[in-house]
Amino acid sequence: MGLFILRRLGIMFLTALCLTFVVFWLTNLYPNLEKLAKSEGNQRMADEEVVSWLAERGYAQPLFVKYGEWIGVVPGFTFTDEEGNVSGRCIDAGVAPEDAPTYCGILQNDWGRSTALDNEVSSVISDKLGLTGYLMMWVLIVMVPSALIIGVLAGMREGSRTDRSLSTLSIITTATPEYVSGVLLITFFASGVGWKIFKGSATKAMEEPSLENFTLPVITISLYGMGYIARMTRASMTEVMTAQYIRTARLKGLSFRTIVMKHALRNALIAPFTVIMLQIPWLLNGVVIVETLFNYKGFGWALVQAAGNNDIELLLGVSVVSVVVVLLTQLISDIGYVFLNPRIRIS
Amino acid sequence: MEELSWGGVITRIIMQLTPVWIALIATFWVSIAYKRKLGLYGKLFDSTVGMIGYGIVMFWVFTALFTNVFGWIMTYDPQFFETSMKHALPGEALGDGTGHYLLGGDKQARDVFSRVLYGSGIVIMIAPLATLMAFMVGITLGLPAGYFGGKLDTILSFLANLILAFPVILLFYLLVTKEIVATGLPQYMAAVLFLFPLVFLTVLINSRFYTDPGKRNPMLIALWVIGGWIYLSFVSQNGGDSAIRILPAALDAFNPDPNILVVFVSVVFVNSPTVFRIVRGLTLDIKSRDYVAAGQTRGEGPWYIMLWEILPNVRGPLIVDFCLRIGYATILLGTLGFFGLGLETNSPDWGTTINLGRGLLRAYAHPVLVPAFALLSLVLGLNLLADGLREEALKD
Repeated sequence: MGLFILRRLGIMFLTALCLTFVVFWLTNLYPNLEKLAKSEGNQRMADEEVVSWLAERGYAQPLFVKYGEWIGVVPGFTFTDEEGNVSGRCIDAGVAPEDAPTYCGILQNDWGRSTALDNEVSSVISDKLGLTGYLMMWVLIVMVPSALIIGVLAGMREGSRTDRSLSTLSIITTATPEYVSGVLLITFFASGVGWKIFKGSATKAMEEPSLENFTLPVITISLYGMGYIARMTRASMTEVMTAQYIRTARLKGLSFRTIVMKHALRNALIAPFTVIMLQIPWLLNGVVIVETLFNYKGFGWALVQAAGNNDIELLLGVSVVSVVVVLLTQLISDIGYVFLNPRIRIS
Repeated sequence: MEELSWGGVITRIIMQLTPVWIALIATFWVSIAYKRKLGLYGKLFDSTVGMIGYGIVMFWVFTALFTNVFGWIMTYDPQFFETSMKHALPGEALGDGTGHYLLGGDKQARDVFSRVLYGSGIVIMIAPLATLMAFMVGITLGLPAGYFGGKLDTILSFLANLILAFPVILLFYLLVTKEIVATGLPQYMAAVLFLFPLVFLTVLINSRFYTDPGKRNPMLIALWVIGGWIYLSFVSQNGGDSAIRILPAALDAFNPDPNILVVFVSVVFVNSPTVFRIVRGLTLDIKSRDYVAAGQTRGEGPWYIMLWEILPNVRGPLIVDFCLRIGYATILLGTLGFFGLGLETNSPDWGTTINLGRGLLRAYAHPVLVPAFALLSLVLGLNLLADGLREEALKD
């Protein structure tokens, strides 16, 4: 088991390395750098000015050197202008060049500076992750129990009217992407067309989340994932309900309620666990859409800002976080599955 | 002219859609009449859910066809605007008395009804084709990965997981911005991805007719000449700053719109790894069956076994996934539009329209609600269709 986790962590590390390199390469293509120079410097820069702007800030170095600097295994770039002033990647404003460290990459726990939001990447990410984490927490609190209840109720008696209607409901929610359900919910519950119960913007929810401004974003994200988990739970439940031991329990004369609650449920909930864990990275997409739609300035909003402004270091930070989330949830789902299902043991 | 009431609006819309109803009735009538002779497709008409799904999907297919090819159904040109009709409510009449905006006007005073119907064309064209392409890539790589295993499998699976570890929206932002388009990267990706159907068909024909060169050679030559020409036409462009221009303009049959090409390539790129994983898993499962061992004993080559023994036996789950994946591709296209990526801002596709109207959503909902329901209905139709197919395929 220990070796298995170690191997998975190794793969995770390698994936993160490859993924950040791809992001690094794409954001460092010349047209993107030109856009960065123009948005940071001056919109009307001539081509030669762009070249010298990039050269002075170390963007003109070879790709691998720059990537090494970001990692922290290559000395940080320094530039000396005609007057002898030294500036560089590792030299923060107000620090004398001699006192600045030689290496400043993620190995030195320096994630760089976000150009779009004008702040340290590490503090931007921890701020935004906090906000999004809070949103995700509520999404999971709403989504998981309701999905499991719908799935179990539908799968309990296959083919019944409850099953038919709940299954249709789950299909409808899986067919509704967040940008459609969000728009529909805002129209019907937060505008003059329908009832004005909730707020259509969650900007205020960043400081003081309330039922009024936080309900719609949470429901919008939950709905899309809910249908899928419910369908998986239903499939697992119907399979369990046809198993031999359920028949035995029935023949023993146990009540339907006891059979479902005590015998079927435990085994039926193993498969949805994996599905729920694997659904978490998918929620990230929903988070990006919903945060944009409801103007909730969390992690997804930061991703859109970083990508729209070619904010290289923030984008890299965002990629690292998301790859860790994806792979960690996979790992947890694999380990959890082994614990939940004693028939499977990794040798 | 007067404003139309809600009843009037609905009646007019139903009348306007007459060609679609006729086509739908004809399709269902023919299909149900011959359903016993049509295999899995015919069996679809035994399931209510499947029929409903198929009906919704075909509604949009016919709508896309009639509006985009023949220009029927629409009451106005999708880019036509009449300044006084800005944010007009459904059923409002034009000032000069020439007609009505059946579902109102949008921010730029254009007819919502005509735009949404016309916009179905982009979705109906890109989503199935991109899914088909993703299946070609996924099958061509997934079969050998599952069948041979070993290093090949390790490397391909690692690459697939790498792409899947990207948040889709980040990937879109990295691939679809105009700066990246200027580097020609999407064109190079298209050059690689579009090669897969050619490789797939070549291997398919070669493994089947390997022992009969008299049949194989003409077929392969025909495939390469026709397929190669289509491939080059797609990849090579003669526009302003195109990265790949192999084919002279005279021979270049069609130049896909660079924006649509980028969108297409990125949807294929995002979908292929999932298809790869599905095909690989199915192959791993089927590989241990007796009939595969029998084929090996007969001396059949690995590619023949993969493409002519394993692939036909996994068609059921693949067809079901194909329908679901078209729905997913539709959602992805909408996502791209929602973030204003790729397609032009005045493009009538549903995602872009939702994005355009969402700023004023709380004041004027109809320009957003119509495309939102359109997208919802198409994806729902595809999901129901997949459900019906799954049910019927399981009965065998």
